Amino acid sequence: MSLATSQGIAEIKARNKELIQEVLKVYPEKTAKRRAKHLNVHEIGKSDCGVKSNIKSIPGVMTIRGCAYAGSKGVVWGPIKDMIHISHGPVGCGQYSWGSRRNYYVGTTGIDSFVTLQFTSDFQEKDIVFGGDKKLVKIIDEIQELFPLNNGITIQSECPIGLIGDDIEAVSRAKSKEYEGKTIVPVRCEGFRGVSQSLGHHIANDAVRDWVFDKVTPESKPTFEPTPYDVAIIGDYNIGGDAWSSRILLEEMGLRVIAQWSGDGSLAELEATPRAKLNVLHCYRSMNYISRHMEEKFGIPWCEYNFFGPSKIVESLRKIAGYFDDKIKEGAERVIEKYQPLVDAVIAKYRPRLEGKSVMLFVGGLRPRHVIGAYEDLGMEVVGTGYEFGHNDDYQRTAQHYVKDGTLIYDDVTGYEFERFVEKIQPDLVGSGIKEKYVFQKMGVPFRQMHSWDYSGPYHGYDGFAIFARDMDMAINSPIWKKTKAPWKNVSKPKLMAAE
Amino acid sequence: MAQSAEHVLDHFELFRGPEYQQMLANKKKMFENPRDPAEVERVREWSKTAEYREKNFAREALTVNPAKACQPLGAVFASVGFEGTLPFVHGSQGCVAYYRSHLSRHFKEPSSCVSSSMTEDAAVFGGLNNMIDGLANSYNMYKPKMIAVSTTCMAEVIGDDLNAFIKTSKEKGSVPADFDVPFAHTPAFVGSHVTGYDNALKGILEHFWDGKAGTASKLERAPNKKINLIGGFDGYTVGNIREIKRIFELMGIQNTVLADNSDVFDTPTDGEFRMYDGGTALEDAANAVHAKATISMQQWCTEKTLPFIADHGQEVVAFNYPVGVSATDEFLMALSRISGKDIPEELARERGRLVDAMADSSAHIHGKKFAIYGDPDLCYGLAAFLLELGAEPIHVLATNGNKAWEEKMQALFGSSPFGQNCHAYPGRDLWHMRSLLFTEPVDFLIGNTYGKYLERDTGTPLIRIGFPIFDRHHHHRSPLWGYQGGMNVLVKILDKIFDEIDKKTNIAGKTDYSFDIIR
Repeated sequence: MSLATSQGIAEIKARNKELIQEVLKVYPEKTAKRRAKHLNVHEIGKSDCGVKSNIKSIPGVMTIRGCAYAGSKGVVWGPIKDMIHISHGPVGCGQYSWGSRRNYYVGTTGIDSFVTLQFTSDFQEKDIVFGGDKKLVKIIDEIQELFPLNNGITIQSECPIGLIGDDIEAVSRAKSKEYEGKTIVPVRCEGFRGVSQSLGHHIANDAVRDWVFDKVTPESKPTFEPTPYDVAIIGDYNIGGDAWSSRILLEEMGLRVIAQWSGDGSLAELEATPRAKLNVLHCYRSMNYISRHMEEKFGIPWCEYNFFGPSKIVESLRKIAGYFDDKIKEGAERVIEKYQPLVDAVIAKYRPRLEGKSVMLFVGGLRPRHVIGAYEDLGMEVVGTGYEFGHNDDYQRTAQHYVKDGTLIYDDVTGYEFERFVEKIQPDLVGSGIKEKYVFQKMGVPFRQMHSWDYSGPYHGYDGFAIFARDMDMAINSPIWKKTKAPWKNVSKPKLMAAE
Repeated sequence: MAQSAEHVLDHFELFRGPEYQQMLANKKKMFENPRDPAEVERVREWSKTAEYREKNFAREALTVNPAKACQPLGAVFASVGFEGTLPFVHGSQGCVAYYRSHLSRHFKEPSSCVSSSMTEDAAVFGGLNNMIDGLANSYNMYKPKMIAVSTTCMAEVIGDDLNAFIKTSKEKGSVPADFDVPFAHTPAFVGSHVTGYDNALKGILEHFWDGKAGTASKLERAPNKKINLIGGFDGYTVGNIREIKRIFELMGIQNTVLADNSDVFDTPTDGEFRMYDGGTALEDAANAVHAKATISMQQWCTEKTLPFIADHGQEVVAFNYPVGVSATDEFLMALSRISGKDIPEELARERGRLVDAMADSSAHIHGKKFAIYGDPDLCYGLAAFLLELGAEPIHVLATNGNKAWEEKMQALFGSSPFGQNCHAYPGRDLWHMRSLLFTEPVDFLIGNTYGKYLERDTGTPLIRIGFPIFDRHHHHRSPLWGYQGGMNVLVKILDKIFDEIDKKTNIAGKTDYSFDIIR
């Protein structure tokens, strides 16, 4: 499908609008009215994508969204490797989120690093009835005894905590005092708060502000000497090693990365971040809050960047370098030059195999827009995209810098809508999550998980781009997609007008 | 720069390169405020000791790496086993995202389920409106034949009354008055996923048999010759249920498999997404009340369902995840006794083949020590099979096992000369297991994917049997039940044993001996 000609675009817009009307028909009237606000066709020149966002999901529609706990424990806090994160409440939340996000780290697991352990208070009925604070006290003692090299503890609240009136803040304060000022962070990320993971990110950011930054004492101040080139990577969770393949570029251009938030991160790095000269922010959605705070309180500027695909990497390296002197600017050019042969080789190899292929995305965080450039570098086109838990500022960035005229936009898409859209548009590839993967593969549509990189990655940086390109080629050009129809069943799917 | 377009390096190669290794070492040294390596080593060694084990087992409040999930997961698993059924979980929406992901990661299949998406306002005012809107939306969008409602802990803590809510929703026209909406309260802070399976299944049977929540008359039991079968929560449901159906077919027994999710978790890739597939027909679920008997393959998954069925006048028989010769013998003889049908020669031959295989390979398993963890019934079934093989299931651990399970396990150990040094550990977790493996080492560990952390820490080779299995593909498609299932388990264990011997003898110029071509 091509958006090349204006005639084509008009047709595509009409088709997409018709599609939206068609899916809305399935809903009861009230629901249709609500869902209509989340679906649109992008009009070039508009400041946003013309959809409402960050609004409660509608009951019973099969939203893809998660909860505030997922946003705090699963995303922001979980990757901090030298702290123990207690899933506080019943057993399930911690169990389902155990090790599934692929936040890579290096450490002696179970001794000085704890990312892939599941610590839970495993609430029983009596904890609900009598409250869980006493149990929490005991849990912290037991952690101190059995895991003496932990550098801190966070308490990730599950739904019941806020409902039964536990005072985890009081427990945290008391135990911190008892253990000589140990960092113990209560996080009010109960799953029923807010409308998605998003509020969990915000709450987790605020917890860093209140329980880490505000408690940094002279003794816990970092020991390294500052340099003018100190930066912190904010909002990279090191999925499949993304933060590493990003860090290496920043270091190669002459910057010094003093902290990673939060993939492969440590408490010391969180504490040191206020000394950075610049915060470079990858996932705006999940960590803009703390970046803004550091700007206001410590005067640290922050700069959004995008390390998916060479075009955006080049743009971002120069943008970041713009905050520094010529030494760094030259460093950025040197890095760009160094990797150009790799970029050329990757594009020479894969672009011919992927040119003109269309993609539909539905992801969280930054990816519904950030990966578009990487696809375009490979000659592919994103024809539909949407955010699981985006806000209007995400859609603004998407409209102003990423999507093309006529792109189908779907916010907090429902299972039904996504399935219909893909069925009708017939993209060459769908990029979304584990819950969507098999639905589309059953339909014979190539798919890549764009949360976990489908157990591959990294996708960030130049090293990651090679893997990204290889993976997309592998998905789309797998011979298996030619076998989905039994040869004796000679039925071909009706192709829609734009599915060229 | 090591990356190249020609040979694209994946994460497991890329980060081994010197640039990255140096970068990571520098990061650690400069910015992570790392612990003294000697101190890390000291604690690591200490964590292997009997002293640590004692402290570890003295834990009263903290759980680390449990081998259990929460009730609604089991409810969703059971619900999708009915024809055209959409599971609807009342409470916070994030939970449903988790169940769906968890099941999809294990089965590599879609997992359809909806939430009533309750948020702060519902926490204050209750979730009635969420139920009313949610049922209407689900009914219209996904055209289910039945919606099976369960609850997250949020709805349970605030005390939402499903029966009343569903009634009101029907009055408000969310779904037709005669549309089937069975329900079960499934608090996450009671029991585990096996409890949720039990509650959901009981809720569905209660709905059909006992007058559909007061909207129809109760069914009058008119006994027939059928046998009902309940599989229980089972990561191998696809392979196991199909194997059981084959056995029923061979024996000519009329049957109803309840909560039959063997098709919905194994749909073809042929261009069509089947949100619903197979499953127990709703009519069959209702008529199951007339059956002669109900067999549960997993006692601890049906602790409430079986007495409920027995109260309706049927004979009920429970097994503990039968694996191997004797357990399968007992299962088949129970089928034969209840149905009055003979066990066909074909099954006798399959039995003979399993015995044959065990005899052929026994020398390699006899006397080997194993640790097992998992759901209570699975643990029992595997331990019993190991005893048959002359192996010793030294540590058997079920986080969701209780006192009664422990006693039953100990009785099993007591019944065999190979069980004399074996112990059952109810309510313990995998961090306890870690201490057990360090202080009382065994030759092999049997458990789910999370056992790989134990394998890495303790060096005990892991044989992946259990739920979830995320990091190996397709094993759920092969049965563990029936004589053929026993064969599959035997081969899986043997493969690991032989692989280990090879691994330990494959250094050329040093261990050339023992690297045998025939074993």
